[in-house]
Amino acid sequence: MNKRVAITGNEAVAEAMRQINPDVVAAYPITPATEIVQIFADSVSNGKVDTEFVTVESEHSAMSATIGASAAGARAMTATSSQGLALMWEMLYIAAGLRLPIVAPIVNRALSAPINIHCDHSDTMGARDSGWIQIYSEDAQEAYDNLIQAMRIAEHPDVLLPTMVTMDGFIVSHGMGNAELLPDDVAKKFVGEYEPEHYLLDVENPITVGALDFSDWYFEHRRQLADAHTRVQDVVLQVAKEFKEISGREYKLFDAYKLDDAEVAIVVINSAAGTAKTVVDQLREKGLKVGLLKIRLFRPFPHKEIAEALSGLKAIAVLDRADSLSLMGGPLYIDLRAAMYNSPGPKVNMVNYIYGLGGRDINMEQIAGVYDDLMEIAKTGKIAEPVTYLGVRE
Amino acid sequence: MAELLEIRWHGRGGQGAKTAAILLGEAVSASGKYIQAFPEYGPERMGAPVLAFNRISEDPIRLHCQVANPAMVVVLDATLIGKADVTAGVPKDGLYIINTNLSPKEMREQLGLTGGKVYTLDATQISMETIGRAIPNTPMMGALIRTTGLLTIDEFVGNTRERLEAKFRPDIVEKNIQAIERAYQEVQGEE
Repeated sequence: MNKRVAITGNEAVAEAMRQINPDVVAAYPITPATEIVQIFADSVSNGKVDTEFVTVESEHSAMSATIGASAAGARAMTATSSQGLALMWEMLYIAAGLRLPIVAPIVNRALSAPINIHCDHSDTMGARDSGWIQIYSEDAQEAYDNLIQAMRIAEHPDVLLPTMVTMDGFIVSHGMGNAELLPDDVAKKFVGEYEPEHYLLDVENPITVGALDFSDWYFEHRRQLADAHTRVQDVVLQVAKEFKEISGREYKLFDAYKLDDAEVAIVVINSAAGTAKTVVDQLREKGLKVGLLKIRLFRPFPHKEIAEALSGLKAIAVLDRADSLSLMGGPLYIDLRAAMYNSPGPKVNMVNYIYGLGGRDINMEQIAGVYDDLMEIAKTGKIAEPVTYLGVRE
Repeated sequence: MAELLEIRWHGRGGQGAKTAAILLGEAVSASGKYIQAFPEYGPERMGAPVLAFNRISEDPIRLHCQVANPAMVVVLDATLIGKADVTAGVPKDGLYIINTNLSPKEMREQLGLTGGKVYTLDATQISMETIGRAIPNTPMMGALIRTTGLLTIDEFVGNTRERLEAKFRPDIVEKNIQAIERAYQEVQGEE
């Protein structure tokens, strides 16, 4: 078996990038993603990769250069966080609209104001409608595994979509934990060579990229973008199956933890899922039928499969590490409510807790408290307040 | 998760609390156990009170919350006592290792502890005599290995030597190893 190492999330992701050996990386430093680029830059200067590393003056330029490289036919990557992702916003839509299979690790961090460097999911949630595939990771192991798999997903001929792989800032990016990394040859063989079908530097077959596209064809191209997203799930599952063969680690669209016979469940994204699983184990020891569903693929949203997995429950709590300010709850809750509207079986009671903004800790007692609330809702069918804030001073 | 050991390191910016947590994590991980090592990230200033943490278990560790109830506390700088709350959240039978020239009995009185175990070590003196600078983190790791038996001293020294060699000149590495070995011998427990 592969050797287990002690490693931080940023180190694991930088190691995956070294193994991927992209043709071009253009990046601008921002806490807490800086280390990824810093460690990768070491690999460049030490000759461990063949990458053309482009230093730029902003994240807008980083994404622009990555788009240019990808359009030219290169395997291109970048990495960022928070304000950096926000500054890329305009270019994110262009990467997706041009169907460029750029892969970017994103380290989740709160958005200003007030200024804050710690974890929440406001940054990537803000990019959820940009046309990028979004894959979320609980720990360093998942961030590494997801990044390796993301290359195959993004570049799959049925997909050709930019893909972001996220992990929680500081909690995972800077926290040292354990992970098993693939041997270089195994990782490289799995990722394979990128052979684009159409690209700018193919001078024998000239194409135009980024052409003007008015009311005569724009709509069709956007419709094709949506169509590409319908093919993502199958590719994600197929790549996960192949990944299991080389790693022994199993990935699906989402992670259903002790959900089969559960009566109540929490739905959550990223590192808080690990803490919540520990709470599930403790409550299960007391004989309580509790479970958990952790989102992996958030865009496109596997709404049918998730609704099916959650149908039959008596109550669900969705934990959002971002607020939508719609007054209807966080982004995950809103999506899940919509997904559950068409779920088979009777209506499931749902509540939303917005937690952990700006890095506020979420501990086991708080999560156990959510399960207490759920069991009360399951018993009485009564919801006092559907959307509440967990662990905030009010 | 009954076997989960949680450790809190108290230090001042520049004393190497984070490095100590990471080196300990790496050494324990190399022995086959599961670990976490992470600092509390705040405004980082030389001399300001800082915290770092370890989790150690035979089983994979999924927790991603802060360490609130550490069974073990390591204090790299005794001037923090009375300023940082080093006993906060520690269970009654908690174990303390403190860098001070006081005896464990005197330190116990200062902290107002009734249960648990208190060990002391003059790690600053050791680091001055071996490394030539007041860098108490490596000797405190030696004391931690002695008091916990998490690893044998040979395992720990072997692994830490490897990590230090990647970063420092051979003579600096040797001085740090000397500091660890002296601390392992000199840490004082109670009668």
